[in-house]
Amino acid sequence: MNEATKATTTYDEAIHRNGRAWMAVAIAIILGVPLAISLYLDVWPPLGRLAAALLPTIMVFWPIAIVEVITFTPMLGSGGTYLGFVTGNLSNLKVPAAIAAMQSAGVEPSTKEGEIVSTLAIGASSLVTNAVLLAGVLLMSYLLPVLESPTLKPAFANLLPALFGALGVVFISRNWKLSIAPLALMIGLFVAMPTAPVGILIPAGAIVSIGVARLLYTRHLL
Amino acid sequence: MTDPRNSPFMYAIGAFVALFVTVQSLVFMIRAYREGKRLGLSAATMRKAIVGSASFSVVPSIAILLAVLTLSGALGLPLPWIRLSVVGAITYELPAAETAAQAFGASIKSAITDPVVFSAIAWAMSIGCVFAMFLVIFFSKGIQSGIHKAQLKDSVWSGLLISAMFMGLISAFLGSALGGGLVSILTLLSSAATMGVFGLLIKKAKLTSLENFAMPVSMIVGMAAAAVYSSIAGGRTI
Repeated sequence: MNEATKATTTYDEAIHRNGRAWMAVAIAIILGVPLAISLYLDVWPPLGRLAAALLPTIMVFWPIAIVEVITFTPMLGSGGTYLGFVTGNLSNLKVPAAIAAMQSAGVEPSTKEGEIVSTLAIGASSLVTNAVLLAGVLLMSYLLPVLESPTLKPAFANLLPALFGALGVVFISRNWKLSIAPLALMIGLFVAMPTAPVGILIPAGAIVSIGVARLLYTRHLL
Repeated sequence: MTDPRNSPFMYAIGAFVALFVTVQSLVFMIRAYREGKRLGLSAATMRKAIVGSASFSVVPSIAILLAVLTLSGALGLPLPWIRLSVVGAITYELPAAETAAQAFGASIKSAITDPVVFSAIAWAMSIGCVFAMFLVIFFSKGIQSGIHKAQLKDSVWSGLLISAMFMGLISAFLGSALGGGLVSILTLLSSAATMGVFGLLIKKAKLTSLENFAMPVSMIVGMAAAAVYSSIAGGRTI
């Protein structure tokens, strides 16, 4: 094994080892928050009712979590995945931020360079969110009337279409042949089920997109 | 006794969580930067990734702040701040909080003053979201090495596979925007059109200095367009 390969392997190994450790600490902190609240207030919600409260959200969101881990991990790289899944707000911020940064740097996901750019982008994005949230918490009484004004409310309610409209143009122009099938599927799904949740749309889009890409590739049409 | 939802104790937990996330981000960034230098990535490229992502993130972060403020009416300020700083996303936190409140005969449409309900909501919001983190701990390495093996086997196909996955993901979000009604569709088209103009300016007119601004400006134009379309609709649901 030459030195460069060895060093990269060392980085990969270290990022998995450290990433898992950070993730484990983050889980302890996340579960420590309600524990601290219960201890501080000396209140313990009855387990049966808590389970009943959790069940509906688990049934909807845990399958989405499985899809997100399978789909986002190859795109974000190891460091980006460990950092992104702790800092949260993945589909509405961290994934688009990483995609845009890799596109702008001209590096591909799942490459060593893509891994670095994705991690830097997710880290920077997370720092900005933290700063904005901290400023918001400190200045809440001043910000609330502005952010909740009737003029600005629809603007923030439409953040995701604004974000993915721009990102869509970048990727369709780069891979227009790959985009036809998933876009046609989405238009079809929109006609059949106008309010289909994104948790269904992501696996449907990914499966059709990969299937058609494979077909085009084996027939030398890409 | 002060409102437990907004007590100094809750703010202290919030500050600790924010500090944890900040430290983790910095540690990962420093490590990635060093590895990037070793791989031969230029400092300018890595700086561009950091600055570009930071400017890209300002507007969506304000939207996340808005989500914190939305939940703060019922849950106080610190708990939504904590939940949206680690793992959280409004798409999960809002239904999780409301389902938990309902199971205890309350609703987040009004202030949660009962400490039992408040703690139950905190438990529900926290337990529901850690599942993905366990999945990452156990399966992320396997998924990455699977991709690596595919790359070694057929590098052209593995590149296409990732691109196809990207397209599937982006199409899904475009599809969900279609389901958001006419304002949502018009917003998407406005932002896409702005990005298209930027693309032409960057590629045809060689204005490469616009690269860093293209995404955030397109996003802001789309959002401004949403405000205009909504005001034209005059409160009608379109």
